[in-house]
Amino acid sequence: MPHIAFTSQLQRFTETPELRTAAATLRDALDAAFEANPRLRHYVLDEQGHLRQHVVVYISGRRVADREALTDALAPDDKVYVLQALTGG
Amino acid sequence: MVDRAWVASRKGLIELRRRAGAWAVQRTSFVGDPVSMLLPPDASGRMFAALNLGHFGVKLHASDDAGTSWREVTAPAFGPQPEGAPGSAWKVVMVWALERRGDALYAGTLPGALFKSTDAAQTWRLDDVLWNQPGRPTWGGGGYDTPGIHSISPLGDDTVLLGVSSAGAWITHDAGATWNQTAHGMRAEYMPPEQAYDPDAQDPHAIARCAAQPDVLWCQHHNGIFRSTNGGARWDELHAPLSSFGFAVAAHPADPQTAWFVPAVKDQCRIPVDCALVVNRTRDGGASFETLRAGLPQQDCYDLVYRHGLAVADDGLSLMMGSTTGGVWASDDAGDHWTALPARLPPVYALRFG
Repeated sequence: MPHIAFTSQLQRFTETPELRTAAATLRDALDAAFEANPRLRHYVLDEQGHLRQHVVVYISGRRVADREALTDALAPDDKVYVLQALTGG
Repeated sequence: MVDRAWVASRKGLIELRRRAGAWAVQRTSFVGDPVSMLLPPDASGRMFAALNLGHFGVKLHASDDAGTSWREVTAPAFGPQPEGAPGSAWKVVMVWALERRGDALYAGTLPGALFKSTDAAQTWRLDDVLWNQPGRPTWGGGGYDTPGIHSISPLGDDTVLLGVSSAGAWITHDAGATWNQTAHGMRAEYMPPEQAYDPDAQDPHAIARCAAQPDVLWCQHHNGIFRSTNGGARWDELHAPLSSFGFAVAAHPADPQTAWFVPAVKDQCRIPVDCALVVNRTRDGGASFETLRAGLPQQDCYDLVYRHGLAVADDGLSLMMGSTTGGVWASDDAGDHWTALPARLPPVYALRFG
């Protein structure tokens, strides 16, 4: 199952679950994490459900393509990292 | 005499205390995080701080013990953006203004929206009437990519006046059922001549109201200083020494003739005139100004006081200002003399007594 982890910087603000999920898309994987900690959602996504401008996600080494609908597909052995982009300061 | 002030800065919230006549840093909160605006404690000790986390968005925190402890509360946010909606994205970029009137909290944001909470920031309601103004998608930005509401002046239960960069001033007299433009008389020299007096084109940098005579309003505008004596229905241009460009204005709480401004050279050169920091004060409704310099750096000074960086306390004597390069100066004689805070602070976004 895909594995999802978050930047440790987020732990200053809220808990960041690290988990394996049967999710087939990035959206589903994030939803699984947000189920574990609902407050995390608004740190990663804006009110339109898009990735925040200065949050970046890598899926097994490739940068996420769809930052709005989050439809990037996940393979069973994918590793998803939710990180802060350097553009954010 | 007031003995507490708050600095919302690029790198945290800083509480200042005056002890034995001298101001000093008492406590810091949210160290390292940008604090875009704050609302000082009310009588119960409840206060609010708006954060603008570089990566993780706008957050709002509340304290019930005057800043000793904090908890995250709900930040203003838009609902789903309709397909094809014109204008700015429906995403709160920054909380630029926070005010209270009774139990009501108001938040002005980038993009230019007004939110209201009546349950201590458990929930927020977007002012749909203002947001759905037909001309709103054409509002310009002022210093930012999107327009924003930086000044909120509630009066009574039903009247609220807003300053918008760059879309003039807006007022409701019926608790938001209707909104009307109220920047008539302001002049925009950055526009084509035929549009110079277009209210929608005006860029008020800050608007302040005289608490005792609330029909008197002062505006530091992008290219001038304006005053209204009829609640914003009409604005008259004033002319200050050195420069009428600046960001900040403070209105005397009791004397409608008195206000303070901090001039800078011009929009293309946002530094003090001759690199000497001054405050312009009028005590005759803007007919004349005094330029106050005592205690302020008079050479090699590049400090700019931003729109929320100048405050006057309820006593009308205590003033404080903070700059974008982290200088803070206080006066306890209405600006005649100033003393520098013995600290080098981060860039100051907002400074408030209380």
